[in-house]
Amino acid sequence: MRHLIDIRDLAQGEIVSLLDLADGIFAHPEDYREACRYKKLATLFFEPSTRTRLSFEAAMMELGGKVLGFSEAASSSASKGESVSDTVRVVGCYADVIAMRHPKEGAPLAASLRSTVPIINAGDGGHNHPTQTLTDLMTIRREKGSLDNFTIGLCGDLKFGRTVHSLIAALTRCEGVRFVCISPEELRLPGYVRQDVLAKSGAQFAEVRDLAEVMPELDVLYMTRVQRERFFNEEDYLRLKDSYILTPAKLESAKRSLAILHPLPRVNEIDTAIDDDPRACYFRQALYGKFVRMALILKLLEEAGK
Amino acid sequence: MNIDSIKNGLVIDHIRAGGAMDLYRLLHLGDMDCTVAIIKNAPSAKLGRKDIIKIDSPKDIDLGVIGFVDPDATVNVIRDGKLADKRKLDLPERIVNVLKCRNPRCITTVEPGLDQVFFLSDKATHTYRCLYCEARAELNKNK
Repeated sequence: MRHLIDIRDLAQGEIVSLLDLADGIFAHPEDYREACRYKKLATLFFEPSTRTRLSFEAAMMELGGKVLGFSEAASSSASKGESVSDTVRVVGCYADVIAMRHPKEGAPLAASLRSTVPIINAGDGGHNHPTQTLTDLMTIRREKGSLDNFTIGLCGDLKFGRTVHSLIAALTRCEGVRFVCISPEELRLPGYVRQDVLAKSGAQFAEVRDLAEVMPELDVLYMTRVQRERFFNEEDYLRLKDSYILTPAKLESAKRSLAILHPLPRVNEIDTAIDDDPRACYFRQALYGKFVRMALILKLLEEAGK
Repeated sequence: MNIDSIKNGLVIDHIRAGGAMDLYRLLHLGDMDCTVAIIKNAPSAKLGRKDIIKIDSPKDIDLGVIGFVDPDATVNVIRDGKLADKRKLDLPERIVNVLKCRNPRCITTVEPGLDQVFFLSDKATHTYRCLYCEARAELNKNK
């Protein structure tokens, strides 16, 4: 059974094929309106989400399929103590594919070990978020024309920012991507990303504290939110939450061709005055997320049917 | 100091000094009812100081655990009081149900019946990571 737990589960060629398919759906959505007729997607969200859950549901609906599931652990049997493994075995009796978000890291992998239907990791704690990465890659490719030869600044919470971890893993497989990691000391990349992914790949990377000093070098700026829900200590969150706020003044030294991405939701790390700047891509990025999830659902269902 | 020779069992030799107690714990040697001898800080021409464990039992033990704790250790198999075999150790690709993941955010902390699996992520630095959350294995904190 094929699952998507980590972006590294997909070969680079498969990622490119998925992005091509997503572009095709974007251009001609009417061709795919019956593609998943009689199929069901279960969205098992043990943690709140707006974009990811709704984009999965919209994706399945636009493919002609149906959706069932829950949007918080309290409304599932998890609140009675049911294990993740049992939950997916039961849901596999009712649905053809499962998208799962869980606050515990590795929960979708644990689920995939027992599941009879494909599992898609829709975010596991501060660990991975591969479908956001597919969204990010589609956005970069559409906005910059290529996934190769550019400098990306990753800014904010790089420690618990699961979207950042997955994106780095994916971009290290592209040609000539240079990484500039911008964070406070306490929110630096975890060792398994810095050493096992970045350093091992041989990619050029730097870790800095100041966004302004590197702004002129960047082709892509990936902003992230400092996530209150990842902190055990409220004081640490309050101290770090406003570390980086992107304002029009700070963008003055940026390239005119810069692409600003954000996985959303945003709190205050991007001034709303930037939203109308053509360099702001984050709402288009949210739109692309639906199309890339349509492509992924199609691929996994097709492989499961073989 | 005189330690009797063993008849049928294992001698784990050339353990880096201080490593014997980690092995004693991870191999659950305290649960065995045979003679187990631990020699700490023995003089060694190669290592300066080394630890040795002698287990007077033919029962199989997990060589992967020994490789994880100290891949430079040597394992001698003793049968009828004589050296019957020397086992070569290497860093195992996976270690299962030996260590517990210490990351409080890891699914292994709450999911019942899930094997605790660590995989070798970097041979050069002897780094193992949790299969589920990728947190680094921490040997000394698993006491």
